Amino acid sequence: MRVFIERSNEYKEVKAISVKELLIHLKLNPTAVLVVKNGVLVTEDAPLKEADEVKILSVISGG
Amino acid sequence: MPCRKCKEEPVIKLPNSEVSLCKSCFYKYFEKKVFKTIRDYNLIEKGDHIGVAVSGGKDSTSVLSLINEFAKERRDVKVTAIAVDEGIKGYRDESLANLKRFCEKEKIELHIFSYKEAFGKELDTIVKKFPRPCSICGVFRRYLLNTGAKKLKCTKLATGHNLDDEAQSIMMNQFRRNVKVSARLGPITGVLKNKDFIPRIKPLYFLMEKEVATYAFLKGFIDKYSECPHTSASYRGNVRDFLYDFEAKFPGTKHNIVLSFLEVLPLLKKNEEYKGSLNYCEICAEPCSQKVCQACKYVETVVKQI
Repeated sequence: MRVFIERSNEYKEVKAISVKELLIHLKLNPTAVLVVKNGVLVTEDAPLKEADEVKILSVISGG
Repeated sequence: MPCRKCKEEPVIKLPNSEVSLCKSCFYKYFEKKVFKTIRDYNLIEKGDHIGVAVSGGKDSTSVLSLINEFAKERRDVKVTAIAVDEGIKGYRDESLANLKRFCEKEKIELHIFSYKEAFGKELDTIVKKFPRPCSICGVFRRYLLNTGAKKLKCTKLATGHNLDDEAQSIMMNQFRRNVKVSARLGPITGVLKNKDFIPRIKPLYFLMEKEVATYAFLKGFIDKYSECPHTSASYRGNVRDFLYDFEAKFPGTKHNIVLSFLEVLPLLKKNEEYKGSLNYCEICAEPCSQKVCQACKYVETVVKQI
């Protein structure tokens, strides 16, 4: 599936069956990101399908 | 795993916990925590005029929204939003635009103070000569928030500092052997009580950055999270990254740092040595610990050199 990573402003093609697996694959810290699946905020336990649109937002913001 | 309370689809797994909450249960959890902090630490008192330091980002917009809600129930409490425009293109201009829309919608009075007007230069210009400007920026921002809050006759200044921010500050002061500065931390800051110092309150004190980001996202306050372009190279940026990595391996670390600190804070505040002496700046007459305040020193040694 196609995943948009906001912090680096890039798309990546990733195979993963859950958000947890996706974050491990992308080496992202689950406590530092929000994951939006098809426009809805989900937790690490959420399953993923190939057709899902996923966006990953970094919670680290400000200065 | 469904929401622990109502079995709806969860939106967050709470940090350091297996508890997942849906949107509406999370709102209740978050808001209850904020109002409990306000109550437990007496952050907002009768007749207070709260200046809320805002940037348009996730933390300050969340705290502004909640304090505004709190004030609607309390006619004796007034709320004003105070923003600082450092002059950081592509970052501050965007967040201030977001802020203006929010304040207009919620009918909150907003005042913006800028580095350019107050000190003569924007941060984007300063950083060309001083590539690690966080110390200068912090001094200038606090100066404008304090003087702005006094000008507007605020009795307290609320900030959006969250648990992550506090854990970082505590560790930075430890690493740099700056315990005296830690005496000024806590849910309500300050060591000296003086009419020229507006006490700062931190209603988001016990909430983690991810929790605040989740709240702001669900409430639609902001649609993107951006970091100050000058942050990542800073000392704080390094401490922040270290704590995030450590927390992932050892959940609960950040909470423990803050809770441990709160146990010793009363001792730090009692230490006369940490209170310092109160003078008034020879240039701007603002309170400070030396003959010239740090903001005026930076204007002379940094801004005027550019």
